[in-house]
Amino acid sequence: MRGLLKALARPFTDTVGLARWMLVIGIVITATFVVLAIFAPWIAPYGFAESSADGVRFPKAGPPSGDHPFGTDRLFFDVLSRTIWGARTAIEVVILSILLCIVTGVPLGLVSGYYGGWLDRILVLVMDALYAFPSFLLAIVFSFLLTGLFGGTVLAVSLSLSVIYVPQYFRVVRNTTISAKEATYVEAARAIGASDGVIMRRYLFGNVVQSVPVLGTLNAADAILTLAGLGFLGLGIQSTDAAEWGHDLNRALSDAGSGIWWTGLYPGLAIVLLVTGLTLVGEGLNETLNPTLRRRRLLPVVMPPRATREED
Amino acid sequence: MTRSGSGSLPRYILQRILLVIPMIWVILTLVFFVLRVAPGDPVSAALGGRLNEEALDQRREALGFNEPLIVQYWDYLSSVARLDFGTTFSDNQPVLRVIRDNGGATLSLTLASFALALLVGIPLGLIAGRYRDTVPDVAIRLFGILSYAAPVFFVGFLLQIYVAQPLGLPTSGEASPMTAFTVEPVTHIMLIDVFLSGDPTAIQDVLEHLILPATTLGLLICGVFIRLVRVNILQTMQSDYVEAAEARGLGRRRVTWHHAFRNALVPVITVIGLQFALLLGGAVLTESTFNWPGLGNKLVDYINDRDYGAVQGIVTIFAVAVVLISLLVDIVNALIDPRVRY
Repeated sequence: MRGLLKALARPFTDTVGLARWMLVIGIVITATFVVLAIFAPWIAPYGFAESSADGVRFPKAGPPSGDHPFGTDRLFFDVLSRTIWGARTAIEVVILSILLCIVTGVPLGLVSGYYGGWLDRILVLVMDALYAFPSFLLAIVFSFLLTGLFGGTVLAVSLSLSVIYVPQYFRVVRNTTISAKEATYVEAARAIGASDGVIMRRYLFGNVVQSVPVLGTLNAADAILTLAGLGFLGLGIQSTDAAEWGHDLNRALSDAGSGIWWTGLYPGLAIVLLVTGLTLVGEGLNETLNPTLRRRRLLPVVMPPRATREED
Repeated sequence: MTRSGSGSLPRYILQRILLVIPMIWVILTLVFFVLRVAPGDPVSAALGGRLNEEALDQRREALGFNEPLIVQYWDYLSSVARLDFGTTFSDNQPVLRVIRDNGGATLSLTLASFALALLVGIPLGLIAGRYRDTVPDVAIRLFGILSYAAPVFFVGFLLQIYVAQPLGLPTSGEASPMTAFTVEPVTHIMLIDVFLSGDPTAIQDVLEHLILPATTLGLLICGVFIRLVRVNILQTMQSDYVEAAEARGLGRRRVTWHHAFRNALVPVITVIGLQFALLLGGAVLTESTFNWPGLGNKLVDYINDRDYGAVQGIVTIFAVAVVLISLLVDIVNALIDPRVRY
């Protein structure tokens, strides 16, 4: 337990100055959105598809006012409420798609790296092809298929996002497995008669999943953008099923010509903030957990002044 | 490099080309089966309601949908090998004609934004990396993160509200109807055709249409360049040869320019090639935002029509282009940097 706490605190204790600030700001922004997502029904003044309150219809595309601080859009919806509910949709999709990536990518990578052979070759070829494919195009193609199958639901969109990111988890886990399985402790485990399953679960798993959290946060930022992009093209979640920032921006774009700025500005700012927050967390974690970047950080402190400098 | 280094270059290129073939095959297979598992029959999805049952059946027969799946798969692979990318279902056009008519707009948009991104991104990245953890570094990094974090359609929306309206710039299409009518389609690329026509008002009109979409897409790529160049500078500034150059007593400025910057820019070429994929996604969204008559916009139209033939053809061309460009980048990279070949 203490070890876990220590590991969690490491990004803070190991960083100094700018890197720490970036991490803290990122965590604060991300946490704010998570709170908005969890408590959306209590925080948002209205529902995401509510167009009237107490029998009174909201104004159509009304500018920001006391009742509607962010204004209302052409469908009579309250923009503030939709922006808050949008956080819930975004977080749901991101968590679901990254979980899907982990449950498929990690085991496949472990098995592929551990056994090698033709299975490994085929998996690597397929994953490389998926990775080489332009990611947004892949998301478009898969959401074309999956929204046809399941309709514009959170699950369909999450599945099409996870297809983009799975190759990265597979690659990282496979490559670390290949180098880890040659280590002495694995050989020792094999010598005392541990089966392949036990070696993979008890010995390799803990070593190969260490880079997954960083990958997860970096992908989360990208996933938010891809989700919004699909929504903007009308391929994502339908606006009556859930509030989705990208789709709201698509509807706002047609208002831009008539000078209605509030329907697009707030959902857009929400995307920018959340993506920035997640990127800062990802980069902060990367700088502390990634040994190559970390060592470079400490190097100037440890090294004594070089002799050449004095001769200069 | 030594003789052994240059000797292995042809082998490296050959290996790389041989690797591309299975890659393209897997991608084509993926595209084919993903679009085929989609529910419903493609022909009635695209044309249902517009034709009667008999005509639909004729269409299905003509397009080979009554054949077994494996035969259709073989037909698809062999026609792609002959550079025939099929026809669209909804308006019955060869996909290649769609590419010719709309590819030019995409090409001029992407090239313009690429140029803009290089011009802004590389100097900013160099400054940020050289002066790590100073105020300019923080400001430039923040700009880099924001330009990545802001979706292109949001940037487009802001530009339309806060720039286009006060300045009276156009926000839709690549030329006004008048210009599109008068300029003769020689190359089918508006940007080139208009310069060939030599009409100054038409040129101004086309450039005015280009500026906002190119800025929108350019900002996205610019952020990537900043991050990349900065990290590369940081890495090269720590490398042994920079230290060796300093140890030999070379001045700080000379080391930075001649040793660090030049080597830091080599990986940029690779990433430029890889960014082509990002660029494609950004282009689809930019075209949609500004109603730009490019391939991305067309693809979205066909998707909304559920036109499988068009989607399959356009996606195939995009995917093959990306793989070939990454091949090209690897070869160029191997020519420039001998270390890559090993």
